[in-house]
Amino acid sequence: MSTVKPYHDIPGTTIFDFDMANKGYHLNQFAMSLMKAENRERFKAEERAYLDEWAMTEEQKQSVLARDYNWMMSLGGNVYFLAKIFSTDGLSFQAAAASMTGMTQEEYAQMMLEGGRTPVGNLYKKESQ
Amino acid sequence: MAKITAGVATSHVPAIGVAIDLGKTEQPYWKPVFAGYEYVKEWIKEQKPDVIFLVYNDHATAFDLSMIPTFAIGCAPEFKPADEGWGARPVPVVKGHPVLAAHITQSLIQDNFDLTIVNEMDVDHGLTVPLSLVFGQVEEWPCLIIPFAVNVVIYPPPSGQRCYDLGKALRKAIESFPEDLNVQVWGTGGMSHQLQGPRAGLINKEFDNEFLDRLIAEPAELAKEPHIRYVREAGSEGVELVMWLIMRGALEDDIEVKQRFYHVPASNTAVGHLVLENSSHSAGV
Repeated sequence: MSTVKPYHDIPGTTIFDFDMANKGYHLNQFAMSLMKAENRERFKAEERAYLDEWAMTEEQKQSVLARDYNWMMSLGGNVYFLAKIFSTDGLSFQAAAASMTGMTQEEYAQMMLEGGRTPVGNLYKKESQ
Repeated sequence: MAKITAGVATSHVPAIGVAIDLGKTEQPYWKPVFAGYEYVKEWIKEQKPDVIFLVYNDHATAFDLSMIPTFAIGCAPEFKPADEGWGARPVPVVKGHPVLAAHITQSLIQDNFDLTIVNEMDVDHGLTVPLSLVFGQVEEWPCLIIPFAVNVVIYPPPSGQRCYDLGKALRKAIESFPEDLNVQVWGTGGMSHQLQGPRAGLINKEFDNEFLDRLIAEPAELAKEPHIRYVREAGSEGVELVMWLIMRGALEDDIEVKQRFYHVPASNTAVGHLVLENSSHSAGV
């Protein structure tokens, strides 16, 4: 039996389901390790060497080095795990979220102040194209 | 006997915790958010619950990908505030109620809800931000708290129906506990928000207000809404709202709405808050 995935037609959204979780297991566990101060220090001192300690794919490592959160999510990263990476960088959740939308943090913050991204045209891929 | 008197629902945005901890609650950005909680702060002083059964979700803090329980009940005497990557929040240790938690666990499992029992767990902003919003900055939390963690990180979370039914079984469990206790059930998370991808920042006021209306007036119908409606219309993280249905299921059908509040934004998120009393409690029965 195949798993039903009715959410594939939601625009701009990656649902962290079991397929994504399997793909991103080591990427997410690496991110989780940054909850410990000593690991944050080691990662900041030598990012590549620290990443090489994890059974991640080369592409996953590149996505982390590039701090490209959409790329990381396409490789199985989950935002609550990836939050440990941008927290290590001293970035707020809002700054990180803005980086995923292609807006500057100021533009994004202003959009939120004005009531957020409208659902109109943003619920189905076919509407947003 | 123990009695459920009331329910509280609130968003648990981490930035709200930061605003409280750094003394920013009077700033123009935050003032309207905290204004919505002035009622509950006074109300809770009169209510003086003995125990809060607090439904929340862990945000990859206590549970990494090595183990993901769908429903996890905290049975320990205490739970420490977690270091989520920038140091633990300066809030009191959460004191549990192991005897009541064990009673609830036994009752729920016998009612076919197969809980995961957790005896060691740090609690993150999902649990501590609601406590701070209601009790403010205190040396000790003024009551005991049973943490109840629901998986909403990996899809699928439990359905709205499952959560609502669990709430009903929870009422039976709590109200069969022999000690006289005033118990509240809190549901946290939501409202609409999406923290990831090009659609980040989605806010759906219409969905949120319909959810509030229906949670109050027709929760059994609301419980039938499938996940896809939440993730499509309220954002990938808006699905946290299913947790509010546990709180609502634990209350009587007849409730009094003591407070209803909605505000956009807090960081990336729409903030919603309800204070609901069981009608029998409001009437002094």
